[in-house]
Amino acid sequence: MSYLELTARQRIPAIFDAGSFEEFLPPSKRIASPHLAQLDSPVSFDDGVVVGRGKLGGHTVFGAAQEGAFMGGAVGEVHGAKLAGMLRRAIDERAYAVLLLLESGGVRLHEANAGLIAVSEVMRAMLDVRAAGIPVVAVVGGSNGCFGGMGIAARCANTVIMSEEGRLAMSGPEVIETASGVEEFDSRDRALVWRTTGGKHRYLLGDCQVLVADDTDAFRGAALDAIAALKSGEVGLTLEGLLAEQDLLARRLRDAEGVNEPMELWRRLGIPEPASVPMLEAGAFLELAQQHRARLHTGEQ
Amino acid sequence: METLQFRFDRGARQLPGAAQLVGVVGSGNLEVLIEAAPLAGACEIEVHTAAVGFGATWQAVMDDFHARWSLADARISINDNGATPAVVSLRLDQAVESLINPSTGGAP
Amino acid sequence: MDWQTLATQLFPGGHAIVERDNFLSGSAQVGGQPIDVIGTTGHVPIGIEIALAQATAILNTVQQHPGRPILILVDTQGQRLRHRDEMLGINSYMAHLGKCVDLARRKGHAVIGLVYDQALSGGFITSGLIASACYALPQATIRVMGLPAMARITKVPEERLTELARDNPVFAPGPENYLRMGGLHGIWGEGTGGDLARELARALAECTPDDRRMALGLERGGRLLAQPVADAVRTGSDVRPA
Repeated sequence: MSYLELTARQRIPAIFDAGSFEEFLPPSKRIASPHLAQLDSPVSFDDGVVVGRGKLGGHTVFGAAQEGAFMGGAVGEVHGAKLAGMLRRAIDERAYAVLLLLESGGVRLHEANAGLIAVSEVMRAMLDVRAAGIPVVAVVGGSNGCFGGMGIAARCANTVIMSEEGRLAMSGPEVIETASGVEEFDSRDRALVWRTTGGKHRYLLGDCQVLVADDTDAFRGAALDAIAALKSGEVGLTLEGLLAEQDLLARRLRDAEGVNEPMELWRRLGIPEPASVPMLEAGAFLELAQQHRARLHTGEQ
Repeated sequence: METLQFRFDRGARQLPGAAQLVGVVGSGNLEVLIEAAPLAGACEIEVHTAAVGFGATWQAVMDDFHARWSLADARISINDNGATPAVVSLRLDQAVESLINPSTGGAP
Repeated sequence: MDWQTLATQLFPGGHAIVERDNFLSGSAQVGGQPIDVIGTTGHVPIGIEIALAQATAILNTVQQHPGRPILILVDTQGQRLRHRDEMLGINSYMAHLGKCVDLARRKGHAVIGLVYDQALSGGFITSGLIASACYALPQATIRVMGLPAMARITKVPEERLTELARDNPVFAPGPENYLRMGGLHGIWGEGTGGDLARELARALAECTPDDRRMALGLERGGRLLAQPVADAVRTGSDVRPA
């Protein structure tokens, strides 16, 4: 079924082994945001995130799913603390892996300073999980995308799995349009938005390592495969891995001299008909991408 | 924000099982948390809503809900972000059904 | 305070820090020991080039000067808001910088962040906020977003946000709020007669490897739920309010 159309609570049982997920600090505990009332904003009993532990292919995997429909999935004090607590528990209990179903605008502006510190703590905790030898996989396939501080956090995971419909970036097109004008970024030009931040583009650039159809079985399979692949190597940060990533990012910058249109980037990657990329169906796209997409010169970081 | 409370005594139907949550607090939507609670046979409903001044409408929705289900020893908590009465009724029914038939519930 | 004055106060014995396109880099000495310095100035927006430049400098230190402490000087108006930066994946460049800082820390480099003028959100979250500890000068401003933009996105009237930004710790941009919330370890120049060199030396000596910010936020009363919620999730118990 479509992953995009599900709520966070529905995604969890669709991805994890049936009936295996145990939620930590469930909504019946009613731990909601202490900051939203002063802005006349309604709260949610889970503050927009489900965290817990389940099985994936029989292994104990800790996970979270952000609810994009509540405050855009943005991170406030409680939401961030739930994520950080789950990540620390994953280390305590020597989880097999951590799987993050991300859908977020980043820092929850309604909680400003508390939200910013919270996102920072989530990033640190994700890297602590990796340092403990536990792979971290991020899934980005919700309709709100993964932006802001969470767009950064996603790239602190070992592997990012996206669908074509997913978006991964820092600032949203509306924010850029407001700050720098519609000529800079027309937020209503959906095709441009997806060329700039969507799954296919991120896959071609090397910021997303796996691209799947918008289907819960496809995401589940990709998560299983990604975790299995990571288990055989070093999942913590290494100097070697970061040097390889730095090299990829430096090359990307060099090869993009004077370029402001994604299709031109794809053309420079060697793709013969860049204009056809958005319309290519999955199989044909992946085949084309395999030949041309940017890659790290050593293992993925 | 407004908080409203409703209580219906002498309910008939007790619900099994652990707490369930349905819905999300998005624009025009609401979440309903339902759980069994020792309330001397009553059903208590607490609503936190962003839409202020609709007490009478909520009362009507709750009256209809009680007429439909007549729950006993049930606590219902709602966070509402401007849902229409139709959507509220739908979610309330979904919440009850999630306890009666847990496989249809949305919770993990 | 401009960066040159800051550097003179931090390093009264002299320094070899240079600025190029608002990017600061170089080295100096603290207590007779070398320290590498990177940073930004001119309230520069952090785009992909400057994020990469900072990350490159960090990995250079890790490779060439094992164990040497690193100071990150922060003055930025936040992430650069341009289509090109998004197209090229500025979130990845930011994450890369954060990962380099994290690696340095794990390899035994003490990393200290100092907000000496402005710090906004994305320009700060993978530098100062991922350091071993972050400090600020009393006159610094730290914020998530400018109020007009915040009003547009949240649909909360700007007047209401302005009111809250005056004295509400969640919204007010002063370093005292970040200190109370645990985001900062300290504010320099208060109670020590403004001896920045001594503050830096002390910060380096007090560096610990773990992220204590939630505990600090609870101790200082600025963030009362974060630590209890994280603990409840971690131990499977109920939230024990402060």
